Amino acid sequence: MRYAMAIDTLKCVGCGDCVVACQTENNVPHGYCRDWIVENVNGTYPSLDLEFRSERCNHCDNAPCVRCCPTGASHIEKGGIVVVTHDECIGCGACIQSCPYDARYQHPDGYVDKCTFCMHRVEKGQNPACVDVCPTECLHFGDLDDPNSKVSLALKNRTHKVLAPEAGTKPQLYFLT
Amino acid sequence: MKTRRDFIKISTAGAGATALGFSALGAKGFSFFESDKQGPVSDEDLTPYPTYCEVCFWKCAGWTYVDKKGEIRKIIGNNDDPHCNGRLCPRGTGGVGMYYDEDRLKTPLIRETKADGTQYYRKASWDEALDLVAEKMDKLRKEHGPECLALFSHGSGGKMLTHLVKAFGTPNITAPSFAQCRGPREVAFTATFGEDVMSPERTDIRDTKCLVLIGSHIGENMHNGQIQEMSHAIENKATIITVDPRFSTAASHSKYWLPIKPATDIALLLAWIHVIINEELYDKDYIEKYAFGFDELKEHVKNNTPEWAYGITTIEPHIIRATAREMAAAAPSTLVHPGRHVTWYGDDTQRSRAIAILNALLGSWGRRGGFYNPEKVHLPTFPHPPYPKPTRSWKDAYPDNKYNLVTEVLSTGICDATIPNADLNCHLRGWIVYGTNLMASLPDQRKTLEAINNLDFLVVIDTMPMDITGYADVVLPECTYLERYDFVRTSPHREPALALRMPAVQPKYDSKPNWWIAKNLASRLGLEAYFKWDKIEDVIDWQLKQVGSSLEEMQRIGVKKFKREYDDLFWLEGLPDFEFNTNTGKIELYSTELANEEFDPIPKYTHHPEPEQGYYRLNYGRAPMHTFSRTSNNHNLWDLMDENSVWINPKVADLWEIKNNQYIWLKNQDGVVSSFPVKARVTERIRWDSVYMVHGFGHTNKKLTRAYGKGGSDSELVTRVVMDPIMGGTGMRGNFVTFILENPAKENKEDKA
Ligand code: SF4
Ligand code: SF4
Ligand code: SF4
Repeated sequence: MRYAMAIDTLKCVGCGDCVVACQTENNVPHGYCRDWIVENVNGTYPSLDLEFRSERCNHCDNAPCVRCCPTGASHIEKGGIVVVTHDECIGCGACIQSCPYDARYQHPDGYVDKCTFCMHRVEKGQNPACVDVCPTECLHFGDLDDPNSKVSLALKNRTHKVLAPEAGTKPQLYFLT
Repeated sequence: MKTRRDFIKISTAGAGATALGFSALGAKGFSFFESDKQGPVSDEDLTPYPTYCEVCFWKCAGWTYVDKKGEIRKIIGNNDDPHCNGRLCPRGTGGVGMYYDEDRLKTPLIRETKADGTQYYRKASWDEALDLVAEKMDKLRKEHGPECLALFSHGSGGKMLTHLVKAFGTPNITAPSFAQCRGPREVAFTATFGEDVMSPERTDIRDTKCLVLIGSHIGENMHNGQIQEMSHAIENKATIITVDPRFSTAASHSKYWLPIKPATDIALLLAWIHVIINEELYDKDYIEKYAFGFDELKEHVKNNTPEWAYGITTIEPHIIRATAREMAAAAPSTLVHPGRHVTWYGDDTQRSRAIAILNALLGSWGRRGGFYNPEKVHLPTFPHPPYPKPTRSWKDAYPDNKYNLVTEVLSTGICDATIPNADLNCHLRGWIVYGTNLMASLPDQRKTLEAINNLDFLVVIDTMPMDITGYADVVLPECTYLERYDFVRTSPHREPALALRMPAVQPKYDSKPNWWIAKNLASRLGLEAYFKWDKIEDVIDWQLKQVGSSLEEMQRIGVKKFKREYDDLFWLEGLPDFEFNTNTGKIELYSTELANEEFDPIPKYTHHPEPEQGYYRLNYGRAPMHTFSRTSNNHNLWDLMDENSVWINPKVADLWEIKNNQYIWLKNQDGVVSSFPVKARVTERIRWDSVYMVHGFGHTNKKLTRAYGKGGSDSELVTRVVMDPIMGGTGMRGNFVTFILENPAKENKEDKA
């Protein structure tokens, strides 16, 4: 089993619903977020190009944040989900520094927090909160080992890219283009 | 590549408020999350209560999830609801922030004056506050007649107040959604097709093959069904054509973006009509069967060539032709979207007419992928005595039979009828303002203030201390939609459906629902006969039982779908005989109704004023995470966007030496300077002749601790209003601004010193 997410940049409108839904689902404190929107504008008026990306932890196969964690709090769960066990985290912040995607933040209670792919929902067969809320249905989640999962089908039928491939982290967030 | 922190620096539209938002708060601030180390709670440990969202008029049905401690955790869309299909928009998801907002109005307030003349609000009990309001209403009724009362209302809760004031005897009930928003399109479509566009819009975006957006920024305007359907249209590879001086989100998702010169849309529309007629691309059978005035139209547009329009719109002729042909190729599944906020330049009914005519030529009215026929469930009204017949109305303020085509009460007309004038039959003396922040929703604040200064009393009912609240004599705190029942939602859609709103929790503080307020005012005014029930639940249950449901059933399911009465969703498919509700019984390309009122029966292009050197047209619009000024203090949504910015083209910014993220002030053509500094967003996404701001920021009420002073208010800069002579709409896009780089307040102080 290998969980992954595909994000359709041709549909995303950068509305931020995925961010609010994550906030309420996961009790993310005000002023912090586990997912965020990047707006990328290229060109000069009127030859322009705009891409919205809903970004979050890439749940990398080769995760530097896991390798650098001194306590093992940062680890890989079933399906490749990268998680931080809050009680084992000493808040040293090494992982925050090592993440090329800036996906982690220090929670006001001291530990480091980030996207969990909504493991508490996925375990029960539900989608992550952000996936279920997105009004444009541009987020696809599922198991890459299942050729019929939404994410496998999306990747099969569309061109896509990952962020910072040069970092060698083998990220599992795919952006459909 | 931009990292997360860079993004925070470059754009305010981002969600990445991360540490920034936190340090800006300076303290932990209020949050129910922070005390809770647990993180997520699984759905089994939560109780869902049905509701429909009140953050905008789309009214998506959902479930409010409450945990064991009685705290609201989240709101999730109802899968059965045709308005939202189980997915709320960011504002609906963030609706929890309305309930938790610590700045909410907490008790009734009464304005008092101290011996030294300073005024303040005194906390009052409900009895005291309602007694006072009833006393003022009764005095007005006895001394001047009930018609001297006006109600400004907004949203579902307004229905109960409307019932109250109708029973009281006034016809002056208004909402800014007509004269400041969609009025021109309703009048124009009614003149053309005999029916209006309705709300939610009857646009079949889902099945369209070609979607044409003219200044309509779906994706930034987050009307849920429309954005969901636009996404379907993208999936289906529909052609999207967007006309906008700004590279909007929709423009970025379009095959064609036409970066039009502002205020020239009618020229483009006429050129499209010209091409479609001259290249014989129109739906001949449809036009022959249904339309009136084709020959007049053909003659009228004969000189409106793409070459003619090029000089006006700056859109190249080959693009005008190519897009016209795309529209025709997809017809009748081509939807030229009528837009929603269409009060721009004062000839807005005529522009909307041109849009309606274009749709008619393409045969899209009544056809799949064009406009569908919505149906609703008719809930009978709970029995009550007939309303008294008013003998006067706001229209008497316009003695010369103006506005015969106006189908709703003009909110600006209410202002006019409030400002004393020797020639007027009746002038309004008392206002009840329910759930609408008039300082931001009406143009020309100076006029609104003049009207307010002439009132005997002003009562404001709201959940939040909005800018208008500060002018009230009595403030009545309403509980949020998550804490109350309201009338069942019956809005029309493809499939008729009902949706229930019920409280998920008890009202916080000393706030009360609108129905309770209305009923308790009624009993003080001798109007009990109109409120012959104990609780609104009784009314809802009675109404539901008339259509074979019940309150108990709706509490379980939230949304109930009904079968359509008629199988006529696309009622003109196959060209059946059909009589339109117009004078000729046909689709009026040439409008006899407008001709009778001595308006142009076919739209003409008129040139609108242009900014002087150094000034830029002020355009404004929406951000997907906010509903105008109503949500700017909502903590969840404030996290996403805490201020607006003014978009400036880099060439213009260079000229002024304005840097990205620099705070500047704006001054309009009438010398009005923005109250607060606003951040410059230097971006290629905007033309050099205009600037753009998201509407609803720059609040002046300090009681809104998050939103106060954040960003700029476009409303205060809209002092030039061009009235639409046909329906009284207030054209608000004829205002021009220039930049001030140094704090103007500081300069003044230095001047004085
Ligand atoms: S909710 Fe969907 S459309 Fe909105 S920003 Fe997130 S991914 Fe994009
Ligand atoms: S998967 Fe869950 S935790 Fe991750 S961004 Fe989406 S909602 Fe947040
Ligand atoms: S569109 Fe959004 S704000 Fe409007 S009713 Fe639906 S969820 Fe609420």
